[in-house]
Amino acid sequence: MQAFLDIFDIYLLEAVINGILLGGVLALLALGLNLIFGVIDVTWICYAELVMIGMYAMYFMVQYYGISYFIAAPFTILLVAILGALLHYLVIAPLLTAPPINQLLATGGVLFVLQSFATVAFGIDFRNLGIRLPVLAFGDMNFSYARLLSFVAALVGMVAVYLFMTRTFTGTAIRAISQDRQIMALMGVDTKRIYIITSALGGALAGLAACLLVLQYDVHPFVGLSFGPITFLICVLGGLGNFIGGFIAAFVFAEIISLGGLFSDLEWGYVLAFAFFIVMMFIRPAGLLARRR
Amino acid sequence: MTRRGRLAAWAVGLAALIALPFVYRDPYHLHILVLILIWSFAYTSWSMMGRFGLVSLGHGGFMGIGAYVTALLWNHLGLSPWIGIPVSMVAAGALALVVGYPCFRFRITGHYFVLVTLALSGIVLQVITATRDYTGGSLGYTPNRASANKLLALQFDDKTAWYLIALAVWLAGLVVWHWIDRSMSRCALEAISEDEDAAAAAGVDVTAEKLKITLISALMTALAGAIYCQYQMFITPDTVSGIAVSLQMVFAAIVGGLFVSLGPTVGAIITILLAETLRIGFGTKAVGWDNLVYGVLLVLFIIFLPKGILGSVLDRLKPQRKVSSSS
Repeated sequence: MQAFLDIFDIYLLEAVINGILLGGVLALLALGLNLIFGVIDVTWICYAELVMIGMYAMYFMVQYYGISYFIAAPFTILLVAILGALLHYLVIAPLLTAPPINQLLATGGVLFVLQSFATVAFGIDFRNLGIRLPVLAFGDMNFSYARLLSFVAALVGMVAVYLFMTRTFTGTAIRAISQDRQIMALMGVDTKRIYIITSALGGALAGLAACLLVLQYDVHPFVGLSFGPITFLICVLGGLGNFIGGFIAAFVFAEIISLGGLFSDLEWGYVLAFAFFIVMMFIRPAGLLARRR
Repeated sequence: MTRRGRLAAWAVGLAALIALPFVYRDPYHLHILVLILIWSFAYTSWSMMGRFGLVSLGHGGFMGIGAYVTALLWNHLGLSPWIGIPVSMVAAGALALVVGYPCFRFRITGHYFVLVTLALSGIVLQVITATRDYTGGSLGYTPNRASANKLLALQFDDKTAWYLIALAVWLAGLVVWHWIDRSMSRCALEAISEDEDAAAAAGVDVTAEKLKITLISALMTALAGAIYCQYQMFITPDTVSGIAVSLQMVFAAIVGGLFVSLGPTVGAIITILLAETLRIGFGTKAVGWDNLVYGVLLVLFIIFLPKGILGSVLDRLKPQRKVSSSS
């Protein structure tokens, strides 16, 4: 019995730590989405599909053109940032005054476009980078190096965004706009420009996430569906537009998935996470960290 | 058009639709028509809620429950779909109430409502995939073929029978639509979609009204899923449940126009014909093209024609009606 408990505990600890590592990437994804929501007040349903496009970009640059991973990564981030800005310019900008539901559905249309574009252009094969990073053995526990790397990179990315938002003029303007949309235009801030910059920044975060996810997962046109919904739920759970809430919610969610998956199939981890989300919605409709009104 | 004239037009159109399979027997075209009717019914069910600003991405979940509960009861318990379909509808309705009541009670609206319902269809999809010992997981599921009594098993080889069933179900959907359209609930729900607090202050029971329309919509969507399952005799989690199906409903309803009764039907005709034309025209090369065109159309429609094709055409034809209906 004692031996059984020992093994169990090791697995439990491993699952907890893997959950934390998974949480890092989810937090990064949630940050990008939260940024868009907090500033522009739009939900990009197609956010995960931008990540998917970024993953393909990484795949082709590294596999076909033999560019080193670390040189390809900045290009991918730039590419997805441009995509984000384009998305805002072409789809969101004409709909800024439309009902929020229409904006949400329009990005749903973009989701279809990106997904089927990938299907048409790249086929439905599963592709991977072919880079197999070593597995880190620590005691009796195994952690993938790729997860550790993405966790660290995600943290660095988030700190960079935090510094940008608090230490630069543009960042301050972005935060100001998220507090009051109308007044800032009167204060001489070019809201259109700020929106484009924010969208590009959100896109860049998606690009960074793509660079990290491509290390762990195969790329295929529907890969976005496997973590897209989770990202929205995290943002809502944390309170849409609330960065710290999103950060905490990402780790809560990752732990639920990781621990739920420990006891049964991975799908049940997701089922648990979704159910947890619905229950939380009723307890704290405005997010984990919302102040009671 | 006078009231009598409109009734006559409906009667003639209906007679033509009923007579069609007896005159025209091309099995492929009938198959497409059956699909259009079934999906039109599903899209109409979605629009019941969607037209009042209750945008749900959970309908993929209701449809999946309708299809899978019916098929599972038939295969594992030998329960005829005649009982299985009502049971599956009750299951979907119960789920709708369980999720809907707290949602409406705690004023979860707009983005938040969309995302809660998104989680709902995510749960249904994952449960179907996770219980793969019973449901076949993502590989799909086939109801057992009935050997003797086809009627009891609700399995027909004849396309004409299915055409008539689908037509009846579709018609029932339109009847429900008109019934709601002429009821007090419609006024209440329109008031709610404009301003919840004002509606509540004016004496509208916001939670009850929203719950009622959600229940009706969920029941109908489950029925659509069950009928689809019985007709196709093969279901996969991806074709009847999940976020993709939910988005497909939203898309078709918006393209057709979700504020007019025949709008979702027009949406179904356009989307299915588009998919079929691309499939025939390009063969396997067309994988993905239909969705690419859908996506571009969806974005363009939301930007330029938010009332949908049929809605905009009707507006264009009768500018004076728009004034009277909005007052």
